[in-house]
Amino acid sequence: MPDPSVQEVTTELRARWNKDPANLLQVLIELQQTYSYIPEESIELLSSKFKLTRAHIEGVIGFYSFLYTSPRGSYDILISNNIVDQMLGSQDIANLLSEQLGVAIGGTREDGKVSLGYTSCTGMGDQGPAALVNGFTVTQLTRERVAQIVSLIGDQKSVSDWPAEFFSIEDNIQRRDLLLGNEFESGSAISASLSQGPEQILQQLEESGLRGRGGAGFKTAMKWRFCRNAPGNERVVVCNADEGEPGTFKDRVLLQSYISRLIEGMTLCASVIGASQGFIYLRGEYRYLVPQIEAALQEARDENLLGVGILDQPSFNFDIQIHLGAGAYICGEESSLIESLEGKRGIPRIRPPFPVTSGYLGLPTVVNNVETFIAAAMIASNGAEWFKAKGTEESCGTKILSVSGDCARPGIYEYPMGTSIETVLADCGAENVQAVQIAGPAGHLLPAEEFNRSIAYEDMATGGSFMVFGQQRDVMDIVSNFTDFFVHESCGFCTPCRVGSSLLKKRLDKVIVSHATTMDLDTMRKLSALMREDSHCGLGATASNPVTDLMDRFPDVVQKHLRDTSFEPAFDLDAALEEARQVTGRTDPGAHIKGGGV
Amino acid sequence: MIGHFTIDGRKIPFREGQTIMDAAMDAGVYIPHLCHNPEFKPHGSCRLCSVKINGRKVAACTAPAVEDSTVENETEELRGDRVTLLQMLFVEGNHVCPGCEKSGACQLQAVAYYCGMLAPELTHFYPLRDVDASHPDVAIDYNRCILCELCVRASRDTDHKNIFAISGRGIKAHLTVNAPSGKLGDTNFDVKDKAAHVCPVGAILPKHEGYNIPIGKRLYDRKPVSVVGDVADHQGEDS
Repeated sequence: MPDPSVQEVTTELRARWNKDPANLLQVLIELQQTYSYIPEESIELLSSKFKLTRAHIEGVIGFYSFLYTSPRGSYDILISNNIVDQMLGSQDIANLLSEQLGVAIGGTREDGKVSLGYTSCTGMGDQGPAALVNGFTVTQLTRERVAQIVSLIGDQKSVSDWPAEFFSIEDNIQRRDLLLGNEFESGSAISASLSQGPEQILQQLEESGLRGRGGAGFKTAMKWRFCRNAPGNERVVVCNADEGEPGTFKDRVLLQSYISRLIEGMTLCASVIGASQGFIYLRGEYRYLVPQIEAALQEARDENLLGVGILDQPSFNFDIQIHLGAGAYICGEESSLIESLEGKRGIPRIRPPFPVTSGYLGLPTVVNNVETFIAAAMIASNGAEWFKAKGTEESCGTKILSVSGDCARPGIYEYPMGTSIETVLADCGAENVQAVQIAGPAGHLLPAEEFNRSIAYEDMATGGSFMVFGQQRDVMDIVSNFTDFFVHESCGFCTPCRVGSSLLKKRLDKVIVSHATTMDLDTMRKLSALMREDSHCGLGATASNPVTDLMDRFPDVVQKHLRDTSFEPAFDLDAALEEARQVTGRTDPGAHIKGGGV
Repeated sequence: MIGHFTIDGRKIPFREGQTIMDAAMDAGVYIPHLCHNPEFKPHGSCRLCSVKINGRKVAACTAPAVEDSTVENETEELRGDRVTLLQMLFVEGNHVCPGCEKSGACQLQAVAYYCGMLAPELTHFYPLRDVDASHPDVAIDYNRCILCELCVRASRDTDHKNIFAISGRGIKAHLTVNAPSGKLGDTNFDVKDKAAHVCPVGAILPKHEGYNIPIGKRLYDRKPVSVVGDVADHQGEDS
């Protein structure tokens, strides 16, 4: 039988996604997986069938890092570019692959067989360096593993036939507490809701003090209540599993080993707010988890915990669909996530209205983090006191941290809220620590003087990323990596973030090559403040944190790089004349500029 | 319902549902802006209209007016922030005022004068961008696009043609045209379209009328933007 045509495949995919234009992104992702790019014919067909302009579709493709309009290599290798992967040798691995496969980093080999590049953190900081090969995660990239990969590619072995251990991903749980250390009886949370009623559950959640685990800390009970009280007949429950914060990987573990609790937490929310539709928005990097999550969803349906007539309540219907992301950190912002769920570019919405009143397709929508739903299910099952017994007054319960970097035991650590950074460092076996990054690049880089601070909303709020940097690391490398990350991940909608993030990077580069003066620091402060105050969303508001932390918390590091003049040009004037000297053959003193200042 | 708030101490009335910008425009109070045009859905992307409401920064074009609130607009701090935002827009694209047909009738230039921006100061990007002269009556110079999306909105909401869109992300975000070639000449765009007359800068320019109006007699040559208003309000006028 001949291969189906692009037309046939596109038509079939569109039908599988209910011919709904809101599923455009999902159709594009599947086309990308099928062809390694989005064929022109597919764009035309989708444009006419979905009644969307081709420019709109091209705009969606152009927004997401994992979608392309020209073919990638049959082996598409993307190396995780987070600082922790770098510390584990990701750049050496990339260079080695480049050399041995004969492909430039950022390019595709002439025969079209291999593409190689970098991508933002893939969520494997505890078992890196990691990469995505044709969208699937490969961990622990040693030189030996690279050699094996090179020979597998040489033999044209399909990625599905590569050794299973390449793709094995450890849970790596090092410390368990309330959520990870207790059993959970499937169905107990939904039963509690059905027997006690929504109001009772809301009161329980309120008493428990549960706040959003993504870091912003909005009270979960209040969010659910707002949504429940919003006008409208249909409501939506969305799980934000777009864990894109560099250095975090707790959702990976929760989705792999605690998925039934997540499904139950979402179903609990549905019973409270009155929703029939649910989504798990899963970051594209975790595509390998899709079959497992699908199986868990089916199991829940089989157990009558999901689907039609849940627990024999004829009026309680709720089901969950997985939507994949495609390489855009901004989609972790809840309104961008909703735009992306609707198949569009992930540009944050203007608020108000907030998702609780107008979310997915304008319907009242609750968006919560994976950990929040799991905590909610366990609170409904075990009671508010059980949860409140741990943590601080303002930050009840526990927080799951993803610990990586310079420590003996990276992995998942669950702690009562209020635990100090020192405690975490001691437990993970970190010695001679220079700095800790809390909450990823959007959080803070703390020096040793601040290790007495604690993980809590009232002190260091975090989504869970905890990266450890030893004395041997250069703070400049860390800040530079994070600043690059924001340049890459800014959505480009508002001026301060779009332009400011790149301008900050240019100034920082000037500091790194020791061409900067205090005047450049003043400019960096001005740009940072503007980005913080004037940006459209939280990404822009926090994108300057690495640079301000560098200046405020590591002044000695900056000082070493500064010139003592009041102004230095961004480049070496004398070096800039080199080409002219070569062309003219001049070597005399008159062909050189001394000092270089203006 | 009528409510009131103050801008720089002046009491302003507002109707329910109005933004700070709506109410200010009705009252004749100028808040610098580029991506806003009251004919279209507010966008909030240029951030030039950022004001302080009870001490917090918001975009006036998207923030609802709040009863009894205190809004700061013309303060030295906000003027300084606007200058930096304008400098960002100037260095992001290739804006060569002396050689630009729009000079004197350009809202970016006019707002920069109004806010007292004297030089771009920040590091220039010097991006390589195209000029699209494929259409018989209208040219697009992408060097000057500031991504306000007014043409996108006008073509979608008024002309119902959807000729423009945005692609790319971050600093690579850019305006695109809905044609397989990406050329304006391959669309059903017409010089009479609303989208041909909303561009606040010289990115979308009608052909055949370059320099009809001499420098010195242009829109913002005699009065500031705070008095004259938006470029889009003066389309089709002789001076």
